[in-house]
Amino acid sequence: MIEFVDVALLILLGITAFSIIRQQNLFAAVMMMGIYSLLSAGLFVVMDAVDVAFTEAAVGAGISTILMLGTLALVGHNEHQPQHRPILPLFVVVLTGAILVYGTLDIPPFGDASNPAHHHVAPHYLEESEHEIGIPNVVTSILASYRGYDTLGETTVIFVALVGVLLLLSLGPRPRRIFSNGRWITVAADDEDPSEKGAGDARVDGVQAPDEVELLRDTDG
Amino acid sequence: MFIAATVGVLASMSLVMARALMGPTVYDRVLAVNTFGTKTVLLIAVLGFLTERPEFLDLAIVYALINFIGTIAVLKFFEYRDLGRTRRPEADAE
Repeated sequence: MIEFVDVALLILLGITAFSIIRQQNLFAAVMMMGIYSLLSAGLFVVMDAVDVAFTEAAVGAGISTILMLGTLALVGHNEHQPQHRPILPLFVVVLTGAILVYGTLDIPPFGDASNPAHHHVAPHYLEESEHEIGIPNVVTSILASYRGYDTLGETTVIFVALVGVLLLLSLGPRPRRIFSNGRWITVAADDEDPSEKGAGDARVDGVQAPDEVELLRDTDG
Repeated sequence: MFIAATVGVLASMSLVMARALMGPTVYDRVLAVNTFGTKTVLLIAVLGFLTERPEFLDLAIVYALINFIGTIAVLKFFEYRDLGRTRRPEADAE
């Protein structure tokens, strides 16, 4: 039954990935990427990696979607025609994928109790940590004592990242640039959408902007 | 019983995915992603009972929270165009 769930989730994952590639509307692609993250989180749960699944759901489906939407507000919703031919990138990607699949051939079998990961330091932690550290929870004693400096570094990195994100978010609205008729137009940040006001305040080097300015916030998919 | 539930959840997942693929408007897609998150929560819960280890049920609950907050963030982004803002753009102009 678990194999069936695996296969079904992988099929859905493949459909999602191809639809992201084929999708011309970038907003729809971002939404499909959220679904992709949720599906891979489900796969991680099936593989008993619940902590990885948890991170995938929070980062992949949560924060990444928001960051992608923030990017879309700056670059617009529609994919431009590519200027290059995708043959070389496709070749590189397929080659890298083949090498990665070849690399998995050496990996020890999934879920086997005789895997190296279960025989290096794990037995020592399980048997001695309460005696050595004095904390009944093994995970806590590993994180807070055996790998204390590692955890301190991680916490510092996360703190710095949080401060950076808060600073970026609190910058407030910036002047928006809109691509129209082959030129970039700067729109003052506190303006309404230019088309609603007849492009009154949109400026191109002092020249009145054309009325058909393409809206960034075009909500019908 | 749990097998039937799993198959049902997977089938409804593919239906929701079809809506996200076709969805004529943006709101269809937002709703599809939100529903897909709910289906993931259900799948995790059912899988826990299917493999007779329901300890991961609280993980499913936290998933539901993440899903809720994520949808709120996406919708807030549409409303205010910007995550840092707390007012509508029209209110700023006044």
